[in-house]
Amino acid sequence: MSGVRAVHPWAEKPMEMFISESGARLALLMNPTGQVFAQHGFTRAVDVMAAAALGAAIVSSTAEITKMLREPSFSMLNHQGPTHGVFLSAFESPSGPMVLLVIYGRESSLGLVHLFFEEFVNELNEANPAPVSSEPVLAADFERELNQSLASLFQD
Amino acid sequence: MTHQLQGVLDVLTRVRGVQGAMFVARDDGLVIAETLMEGVRGKALAALAASVFGKFTWVSGTAKAGEPRFLHMQCTEGAVLVLATNQDVLVVIVTDTNTNVGLVRLEMLRAGEVFA
Repeated sequence: MSGVRAVHPWAEKPMEMFISESGARLALLMNPTGQVFAQHGFTRAVDVMAAAALGAAIVSSTAEITKMLREPSFSMLNHQGPTHGVFLSAFESPSGPMVLLVIYGRESSLGLVHLFFEEFVNELNEANPAPVSSEPVLAADFERELNQSLASLFQD
Repeated sequence: MTHQLQGVLDVLTRVRGVQGAMFVARDDGLVIAETLMEGVRGKALAALAASVFGKFTWVSGTAKAGEPRFLHMQCTEGAVLVLATNQDVLVVIVTDTNTNVGLVRLEMLRAGEVFA
């Protein structure tokens, strides 16, 4: 059984390929507001919510730094620890901007993650349907939608 | 330093049959410097060569043979050679089928001395 859980079916296969090829331990596909579309490796909803919020915050804060520097946006960020690396990258898709957060161990490397990330973006953009008209998020719907997404990401 | 590395790689690619040479960070699989023929995907080669070298480190460890120093992957249309330097850098070479591997290995050892 695949370890990838996706809210949208089109995200599942590209994520599976990416995980299999890059050897990543954890991965989270979301939009810059932290809304999660697919995940691999997380076992608890609270961890997904925390990682999504922190990843989105990092993307947002680095975007502000680049604005201050009058530079184009960062394409990727990497933090290399002694046993794990954290890779974070924002990219454009037919459904709008997306963010991929990846945690990898010593069995993988930044080079592998970066290499297969580029292929992942291409495959995701091919699989991704045309943009859907975005509706404003209403406070009344927020919790229901969040719960639906989490149920999709952690269903058996 | 970049010019020096590029110069060392240029010497390597002058050996007959060598189609490309690169220095790769062993842990990251990222390209440090490269001189490759058109059509060879340097970034992919670097990431995958470093990954194979890492996997082979497990193999040699399991065989109690110590750290790998040199990998020779003979393929149907050429060969990929990987040499570990004293630092955490790999020298990666792509050759055609008619290359004198012994000579290339000597040049790779010389090239690796730039990191000594």
